[in-house]
Amino acid sequence: MYTYSDADHAYLAERNRQFRQQVARRLDGSLTEDEFKPFRLMNGLYLQLHAYMLRVAIPYGTLSSGQMRKLAEIAERWDRGYGHFTTRQNIQFNWPKLEDVPDMLDALAEVGLHAIQTSGNTIRNVTADHFAGAAADELADPRPVAELIRQWSTDHPEFQFLPRKFKIAVTGSPNDRAVTRAHDIGLRMVARGGETGFEVIVGGGLGRTPMIGKVIRDFLPRADLLPYLEAIVAVYNRLGRRDNKYKARIKITVHEHGIGTIRDLVEAEFPARRAAFSGIDQQVLAGIEAQFAPPALPARDTGPFDAAYATDPMFRSFADTNLTAHRRADHAIVTVSLKAHGAVPGDASAGQMRVLADLAARYGHDELRVSHEQNIVLPHVARADLPALHRALRNAGLATANVGLASDIIACPGMDYCALATARSIPIAQEIAERVEALKIEHDLGPLKIKISGCINACGHHHVGHIGILGLDRAGVENYQVTLGGDHTETAAIGERAGPGFSAEALIPALERLLLAYLDLRHGRDESFLAAYRRLGPAPFKAALYGAEGQRDAA
Amino acid sequence: MTRRPALKAVTANDLRGGHVVWRTASGRWSQHLADAHLWDDEAAAQIELIDAARETTEVVGVYLADIAQGPQGPEPVHFRERFRADGPSLAATRSYAPQLH
Repeated sequence: MYTYSDADHAYLAERNRQFRQQVARRLDGSLTEDEFKPFRLMNGLYLQLHAYMLRVAIPYGTLSSGQMRKLAEIAERWDRGYGHFTTRQNIQFNWPKLEDVPDMLDALAEVGLHAIQTSGNTIRNVTADHFAGAAADELADPRPVAELIRQWSTDHPEFQFLPRKFKIAVTGSPNDRAVTRAHDIGLRMVARGGETGFEVIVGGGLGRTPMIGKVIRDFLPRADLLPYLEAIVAVYNRLGRRDNKYKARIKITVHEHGIGTIRDLVEAEFPARRAAFSGIDQQVLAGIEAQFAPPALPARDTGPFDAAYATDPMFRSFADTNLTAHRRADHAIVTVSLKAHGAVPGDASAGQMRVLADLAARYGHDELRVSHEQNIVLPHVARADLPALHRALRNAGLATANVGLASDIIACPGMDYCALATARSIPIAQEIAERVEALKIEHDLGPLKIKISGCINACGHHHVGHIGILGLDRAGVENYQVTLGGDHTETAAIGERAGPGFSAEALIPALERLLLAYLDLRHGRDESFLAAYRRLGPAPFKAALYGAEGQRDAA
Repeated sequence: MTRRPALKAVTANDLRGGHVVWRTASGRWSQHLADAHLWDDEAAAQIELIDAARETTEVVGVYLADIAQGPQGPEPVHFRERFRADGPSLAATRSYAPQLH
């Protein structure tokens, strides 16, 4: 893992000192709210419905156990004893007091964390595959490059006032778990003739105008990465629209000018940018790579795993759903679900955070990941240790065996917290999870991605859910639109709107009809919901959703 | 049921704590909607809003919310205001208590 240098610490200490003074000047009236707001947003501090909200960046979703413990301490000392892990691999504290935020930022700085550029029209926290450095299907660990991008983009003087926010995601695996095609820039590591480089995708995004990103360069040599990114962002900074914030993201710029024109402009910009990099970026990258050396994994007997798998049905269920293949066969990647049925997706109490930190220290080489699906990952666990790990998770209420299933729902905070929301998301997720649990169908349903957003900005990724749900305000009443057939992976697709929206009360029965219809329609257990939808088209699924009973309730 | 025109209350967030506050008849700020002064004259409410918005070291984001007089006291007209007034809807039914304590 990357450890902050003296320069990193000094930079952060100075930023925090400045912000402490800015807060003091706001509180004594020297700064108006209009003057202060840009400062607080630059430091990740929002004002939401009920309270301030501090959004802390977790670069590429990677945390040490010490960092996780600090998040727990912050949650207890200055918030209400919990935090919310987000689809951006960040954590949000929902109840800080303005006067406490400088102390919270200093506490974060102790463990090399901050909230800089988690808001505003800048390059935001860079995200990555949450299985990076561990997955069996990986070409290379994308995190050294993600860290390089973090260092390059943090306080980049040219890119502090972009037309709109800018999000970069990186994956080192052909199986895209980082949703690269729905980012302003997506980077996919690819090999060509023994050389590793990047497929560069630009102009993806969700929100009110969902777009799948387009390939701007099919193979970019590794050494050209930063100058090429800089060329893209510079072209966007010049061309991106500043007259209308809803048309300001690079997806609109690419759509309006065409990928061919954007590519030509970027290629024209690139040589000068390339020349300005003296090679320092590659030296820095080499230093970063040394810090991401994979942990030494001693060979371990898988006997204890096999024995527990054969005799303990709860362990078997957990192993079948929550484990992913590690590059070492005697190890596994463990996804810890933050989606216990009826719980708030992505919320973790301080106590749970400490348990996860302890387990990472004891069994997981001190590493944790936050997934964009709002779960916590222990990337390197010996199979021999899994029975003990599972027992510890059970004792902490963290052993829910539902990863990738119907109740493993992405949900944005929605109108329970967010000032932008038009409807609630969390209670819908809770009700769906409790319903599929009551029906005992989710293991039968198999892989299913349900994603819920409480407004058109789509933080809950509803467009790329197999079943997407969008909460809207229709004449003062919450109303939920359903989209079907979305896909967040390397075969990314935007879901199609099924038809009229549902009231909150009508939505759950409609979804139940949809899920039961899928079980009837599929060609056996091997055909997933998405595969069945692609084979049959929307008609039978819409018919189930708007069944005779539902037709009345749909508005 | 005939719907009477909405009353207005001056609301904001507390600068220090961030919590929702309502302006009382005596020009103070309360965390309880029940304490809010309700204006049936929109022009008068607008003047109160101007005065309230000057208190920039106490509150932030001052605006007028539509309120109805219900049987149990004042109630927000729109569901968004209801969540602002009452807090997250889930807190009422679900415990956030850490599960390990």
